[in-house]
Amino acid sequence: MAKSLNARIHSMVWMAVISAVVGLSGCQQNGGDADEILIGHFGSLTGSEATFGKSTDNGIILAVEEINATGGIRGKKVRLITYDDKGEAREAGTAVTRLITKDQVVAVLGEVASGLSLAGAPVCQENGIPMISPSSTNPKVTQVGDMIFRVCFIDPFQGSVCAKFAREHEGLKAAKAAILTDQASPYSVGLQEEFEKAFVALGGTVVSKQTYQGGDQDFSAQLTAIRGEAPDILFVPGYYTDVGNIALQAEKLQLKVPMLGGDGWDSSKLGEIAGKAIDGCFYSNHYSHEDPNPRVQEFIRKYNEKHSQTPDGLAALGYDAARILFEAMKRTESLKGADLAAELSKTKDFDGVTGKISINEERNAVKPAVILQMKDGKPSYVSTIQP
Amino acid sequence: MADLVQTLITALAIGSLYALIALGYTMVYGILKFINFAHSDIVVLGAWISYTLSSKLLPRLGLDPHNPVTPPPIWVAAVVLILSMIICGLIGFVIERLAYKPLRRAPRLNVLITAIGVSLLLQNLGQLNFMFGASPQKMPALLPGWEIATLTFSDGESARSVVINLVDTVIFATSATLMLLLQYLVFRTKLGTAMRAVSFNPDNAALLGIPVDRVVSFTFVLGSALAAAAGFLYVMKYPGMNQPAHTIWVLLGLKAFVAAVIGGIGNVRGAVLGGFVIAFVEQFGAFYISSNYRDVYVFALLIVILLVRPTGLLGSPLREKV
Repeated sequence: MAKSLNARIHSMVWMAVISAVVGLSGCQQNGGDADEILIGHFGSLTGSEATFGKSTDNGIILAVEEINATGGIRGKKVRLITYDDKGEAREAGTAVTRLITKDQVVAVLGEVASGLSLAGAPVCQENGIPMISPSSTNPKVTQVGDMIFRVCFIDPFQGSVCAKFAREHEGLKAAKAAILTDQASPYSVGLQEEFEKAFVALGGTVVSKQTYQGGDQDFSAQLTAIRGEAPDILFVPGYYTDVGNIALQAEKLQLKVPMLGGDGWDSSKLGEIAGKAIDGCFYSNHYSHEDPNPRVQEFIRKYNEKHSQTPDGLAALGYDAARILFEAMKRTESLKGADLAAELSKTKDFDGVTGKISINEERNAVKPAVILQMKDGKPSYVSTIQP
Repeated sequence: MADLVQTLITALAIGSLYALIALGYTMVYGILKFINFAHSDIVVLGAWISYTLSSKLLPRLGLDPHNPVTPPPIWVAAVVLILSMIICGLIGFVIERLAYKPLRRAPRLNVLITAIGVSLLLQNLGQLNFMFGASPQKMPALLPGWEIATLTFSDGESARSVVINLVDTVIFATSATLMLLLQYLVFRTKLGTAMRAVSFNPDNAALLGIPVDRVVSFTFVLGSALAAAAGFLYVMKYPGMNQPAHTIWVLLGLKAFVAAVIGGIGNVRGAVLGGFVIAFVEQFGAFYISSNYRDVYVFALLIVILLVRPTGLLGSPLREKV
């Protein structure tokens, strides 16, 4: 009995291997017509962080339309292929592999969440295809290799911005901070470490450190513990769905402490989920739609025309990432991975919607951050903090 | 002291939810001797059907379905709860008929694998756009935000208060009512006697003229309705709902399953006990030790119980038939 079962399993394994090989070899035809350039995007179009992927994709679509309307790159049209990774790391790896091996894109844009960028980046690095993350802030993302870039600031900066704001902003002047981290997310853990370092260096104390797991629904144990320490500020470097739930429960538990977070809060869903519970809380972000800069206002107008909504920071970064990629493509004759990457690293003082962008030696962008405050479920501008 | 009471209240509310879900696992196991892995997906269905019903019902009453300014009349919550229990009961019936009944005489492993298949099917169907979509939603508040009681504790210098919300009270009361009804049904009615007879030995029960298939169907309907109630109560407490295929729902079902095993799988009272035990372990562990390991406490307890009392707290010792 055992033997025949074994034999059956063996034959099944072989069949799986054979069909995988056949399937792969059947996929070698694509790569696009000679008169178009294929670029890929992987993002969370569904799932708990769905607005991240959708906003970014909308931003990229706008940039692609603009470049094609002005004649493309040396006469070639740009075509965007987007795959949904559902906000899951294993799907992200598969999506990138598919973009590179099946569709044979020349460059990859994505992801928003650092954990997902970290899943996609090694695939790009191995295949020598440049990847630009619009908005992953964890430092490790670009450390994957010389093919990986980003157009946003990184967590050591964002963490110190938050800490500085908490310590020094009129009306906050927090001395005691509590922290609630998503322990399963590299983004959240990275930001928490940097915030803590900076907050302590500025003379504050961290009175309580609690954790949760992305998707958790119950935070009462953590919030009760935090309430016991009576902090002046609660730092929650999480993503918006969880943050919304945390705010709702903090209100139920009568934990009346302003919350502070990072760019993971940036979604219209935050106000929808948390309602009044999130009012008065702060987060750091890449841009504010209230910025009077004509470049920003023009982007907002065009985005609104195309997608009939106000762009959030992730849409702006998606737009900037795509445009930086197109600029680099225009400057170089060859679209081979190494040449394109070399050209990308020369990006200097690019006039983006999210500020002046220069790529440094670590392939990170250096740029200012803004602090926003939630009012009536919508973010409003508070201040800009320079690097 | 305030923190202790607060943690106690949360543990009671969550424990009743675990218990409600665990009942479904334990009843099906008791009768068919297999673990219905699709049970947690019925909870998800219950939650999302409640959401869909309320977002259809509230606009008819002239209320904003996302953030009703004034809470809707209390009967809306009752209607949504009962409707979603009925719908999920029917779905449970259909699942049993289509997926499990044809396998009644098949090896138990086949049924188990089928259950996993049904679970995956339900999760992914739920994600489709014509069903519930793949984005999180906000469950409208159907219950008024009343505070039933405020307890104030002063420990020397500072006084802290603990609020008992209507939601927690409703969760506890609804679960307790349903569990008492089930208790009555299983131990005091003819149908309950038939269920216990089938659980004891289906072949003998059939010989005695008990319609085994109908009893099995009824068990599924009952378990699914309880799961739907748990889903409804869950999103009343935690209104930010994750998309149907989110792993957090699987974890919820898994913990309820652990509750059933800890209480002694197949034992109705054991499932209730197990639900409260793991909620207490989870909540008090997260509060007093560290929230990093809240899931670890639950599964560590499972291991300990399996080592010390493999049949669970209330399970009867297994006698090998010779």
